[in-house]
Amino acid sequence: MKFSFASLARQALRGHQDWPEQWRSPEPKRLYDVLIIGAGGHGLATAYYMAKEHGVTNIAVLEKGWLGGGNTGRNTTIIRSNYLWEASEGIYGHAHRLWPTLSQELNYNVMFSPRGVMLLAHNHHDEQAFRRHIYANQLASIPNEWLTPEQAKEFCPILNIDPGIRYPVHGAALQRTGGTARHDAVAWGFARAASARGVDIIENCEVKAITRDASGAVSGVETTRGAIATKKIGVVSAGHTSVVMAMAGLRMPLESFPLQALVSEPLKPVMPCVVMSNAVHAYMSQSDKGELVIGAGTDAYVSYSQTGGPHVAISTLEAICEMFPITSRVRMLRNWGGIVDTTPDRSPILSKTAVPGLFVNCGWGTGGFKATPGSGHVFAHLVATGEPNAIAAPFSIDRFRTGALVNEATAAAVAH
Amino acid sequence: MLLIRCPYCEMERPEVEFKYGGQAHLTRSPQTATDEEWTDFLYFRDNPKGLHAERWRHAVGCGRFFNCLRDTVSDKIVTTYKSGEPRPSSA
Repeated sequence: MKFSFASLARQALRGHQDWPEQWRSPEPKRLYDVLIIGAGGHGLATAYYMAKEHGVTNIAVLEKGWLGGGNTGRNTTIIRSNYLWEASEGIYGHAHRLWPTLSQELNYNVMFSPRGVMLLAHNHHDEQAFRRHIYANQLASIPNEWLTPEQAKEFCPILNIDPGIRYPVHGAALQRTGGTARHDAVAWGFARAASARGVDIIENCEVKAITRDASGAVSGVETTRGAIATKKIGVVSAGHTSVVMAMAGLRMPLESFPLQALVSEPLKPVMPCVVMSNAVHAYMSQSDKGELVIGAGTDAYVSYSQTGGPHVAISTLEAICEMFPITSRVRMLRNWGGIVDTTPDRSPILSKTAVPGLFVNCGWGTGGFKATPGSGHVFAHLVATGEPNAIAAPFSIDRFRTGALVNEATAAAVAH
Repeated sequence: MLLIRCPYCEMERPEVEFKYGGQAHLTRSPQTATDEEWTDFLYFRDNPKGLHAERWRHAVGCGRFFNCLRDTVSDKIVTTYKSGEPRPSSA
């Protein structure tokens, strides 16, 4: 059912009793043209664009847990595209251009809010790095501008710009077109739109093995809901990518770390934008419910525990209290971790693999949410045609052998 | 927060005294390594869901590197052992 004023009025007259389920929950078929492993935002977007733009509709998205229950439901929802290198500007810029019309595209309100993302510079080196980013972005027609401390405070009035604090604000890089979106709605919107185009979304279906034929090519998967045959698999499993790829005998240039986030008790509106701080590894925005959403750092060690140590979150909160003194007596309601798959150059991998029929979209690390529509769009092209388009091509796994790295050490605009 | 036993100091200390050093038992490729072997050494890691042998350094203690066998699902440390010793059997 299309969401519209007419459908809303019709349902209101019926007491809202007839809203259908937003996506189907079919039993898995025994054969699909394409399997996507992982029903997070990137996997669902991949399936949606394959169905819409490449006419491939015999697709299943397999999810070991529930839809959008991994990093899609755990991130801090920040959207921006002010990366340094042309390849990164290509893919994050592509994603950023899809966000403003994504709600119309999906007929689902993803609550995209371009409220501005401001990156704080705390020292001379931050300032040099940010100005370099700004000049590079301007060459690529990606908006990014420099603010003085006073201009930064005007943009975010609760910011403390006292030069005597531990992390003084020397200035900021502002991307006015950056902002946030409702992360769950992005997963739900892509799921609903993909399902309407015939994509089967299979939750509670964990892949246990990847089977291959005599030539070594992909022939299917074994899952907790039975065997499924296919000739093409797209692995979009974020923190668990190494685990899934090991089923095909492949090792990955990835390490999985817990990345923590927190939300405060709800407050009246105090925070009109997103503020990120590289040096202290903290970022903050305010949700529509009024909670302050705070991103902290990663734990140092490989882990799949989805928790992380308290000292990581505490060090972030100490810095947040100093930068935003009004938060010093605010209670934190929840703290959680998501498992992020990080690459050595902090750029994603969108690639064919040594196994025919096996494709991988991973390595988004600490900053994948912003790329969701663009990532799905170009990965759909890669899986459907077997070849990357110009946007995806620099992100081949082969770059670690050739040395053509896309070194974005500031991928989440935070220190690594 | 992990509690880590430094095998040199023979004391269990909080994680903040230590620095993580990545996957243990990697051997540097010799000069004759192929591009593939060198790439593997530099960038590719096991990243297992389960037992992981990893390096830690007692940064604000004795300053020495040692190895640790830890479960990456529960974060429970099975054992720590000195650099140069083989990875213990996981029993």
